[in-house]
Amino acid sequence: MKKVQFKSYYSQYFFLAPQLLILLIFLYWPIIQTFKDAFTMQDAFGFGSQFAGFDNFLFVFSDPSYFTAFKFTIIYSFVITLITGSIGLLLAVQANKVLHGKNVYKTLLIWPYAIAPAVVGVMANYFFSERYGLLHHLFNNLWGFNWYEDVFDAYIYVIIAGSWKQISANFIFFLAGLQAIQKTIIEASIIDCKSNIRRFWTITFPLLMPTTFFLIIINITYAFFDTFGIIDTTTIGAPGSETKTLVYKAYIDGFKGLDLGSAGAQSIMMMIIVLFITIFQFRYIEGKIHYN
Amino acid sequence: MTRYISSTINHCILLIGLLIMIVPVWIIFASSTHSSLFINTNGLQFFLGDNFIENYSRVLFKKSGFFNEITALKMFFNSFVMASGIATLSVITSLMAAYGLVYFKIKYATIIFWLIFITLLVPLELRIMPSYIVMSKLNLVNTFAGLILPISASAIATFFFRQFYKSIPDELLEAAKLDGTSSWKFFIDFLVPLSKTMIAAVFIFMFVFGYNQYLWPLIMTTSEQYWTVVMGLKTMYGSISDRFAFVIMSMIPPVVIIVFLQKLFIQGIFQNK
Repeated sequence: MKKVQFKSYYSQYFFLAPQLLILLIFLYWPIIQTFKDAFTMQDAFGFGSQFAGFDNFLFVFSDPSYFTAFKFTIIYSFVITLITGSIGLLLAVQANKVLHGKNVYKTLLIWPYAIAPAVVGVMANYFFSERYGLLHHLFNNLWGFNWYEDVFDAYIYVIIAGSWKQISANFIFFLAGLQAIQKTIIEASIIDCKSNIRRFWTITFPLLMPTTFFLIIINITYAFFDTFGIIDTTTIGAPGSETKTLVYKAYIDGFKGLDLGSAGAQSIMMMIIVLFITIFQFRYIEGKIHYN
Repeated sequence: MTRYISSTINHCILLIGLLIMIVPVWIIFASSTHSSLFINTNGLQFFLGDNFIENYSRVLFKKSGFFNEITALKMFFNSFVMASGIATLSVITSLMAAYGLVYFKIKYATIIFWLIFITLLVPLELRIMPSYIVMSKLNLVNTFAGLILPISASAIATFFFRQFYKSIPDELLEAAKLDGTSSWKFFIDFLVPLSKTMIAAVFIFMFVFGYNQYLWPLIMTTSEQYWTVVMGLKTMYGSISDRFAFVIMSMIPPVVIIVFLQKLFIQGIFQNK
């Protein structure tokens, strides 16, 4: 906060009012509704509802498909973070090194960042369709690819679709992180250590730690929430429901299955997960990792 | 000599990266310039055909959709209204809210601060069903307000502006106070012009974010008149080359914005890091 501030009885509220009003109506009202749904049970015909305690949560926990979705979401975030992070870092290191054409590479590598996940999904659809799909044919020739029956093949499908555009985001942030490292540190390290590879892992990579942690959070959030459009335009959860993320499952149960209680309980569990990620982010990123 | 070899390796790796990013989109583009008949018999194409103008104008102007009520042109119009509405509204409300938080003594400052920033924990995907119920209670289903308002209810931009204001030296306000400047005048005449780059960056970010929305328009629009581009992609019917052409057109606006304004966008984000 500023040391010098305006003293006024009402004008601060004039500045805060528009945002608070929008948040109150379009955010807090639905959130309160979510909590209400999670703790009430509606009868099958939607005529009445009654307080249900933790019954909805118990129902979700006893549902094996919730754990399938949980497992897939964890695997999906882990693999996407690993693939996009390492390819993004590799490309950023190369782009930072080259003397000629740096800006051309940069521009041509960052534009997929702007494409909507749902559009990427529709595109991936064509490459994995039995009729036109180049990747479908390629994988089919290699080991008999069949994503609507084989779980592993379906994983490959959604992982490729989900990773493609996220490589750009990782590239942008790693490149910015590399460019922020002071030239003098790099020059000094060249004198001390001749090996390029060793110098990268002992000097450059530790200096990139804040960027890396920031990107891990960004990638996990992406895999949890933004991939909705990708799942909904590619496998729709196929083969059975093995490629449904937690968010996608909550949507299907609530909007298609009209089970508000279960969807509400699932949303609250997601909020708790997000809360943990955020606490982790604050403690480890803001507190511990400071090399600059 | 070794320098040449290592620089060649650098360029090779970057070229492979470029190919991974460009080839899929190029194949869809090349295929969109062939007739559907040709695609159906020969599969995806790598070289351009000669149906470009025919396919693209058919998609833009012919009515399609489930009830044949909307053209792609109208969907682009809807997407632009939605995206600029979201960007404008969140820039204005966040700019003001951040000013209120940073530059004023507020009685319940901590409570208001948390009331605003705890919302970052609850993305729209987590409150989709209750949000829909709230919107239908307010009679906002199938309206632009319904598409815009819940997505503008976000504190991300407020967070960016707050960080930026905190980096402005205190002397500015001290000098303004000596001159007897009112809080409104200080905001309009000093802070808004100073935040120009930030405003532009946040506007671009929110515009692309709004344009790329998929789930919310899918739920909020039962009438085809309000369909947006990104949601229309999945539901639009038509021949295969029409669908290819529509996919390519749908990515043009956000990609053009990011490519041409990348400097502004990246600068705006890293000013705050």
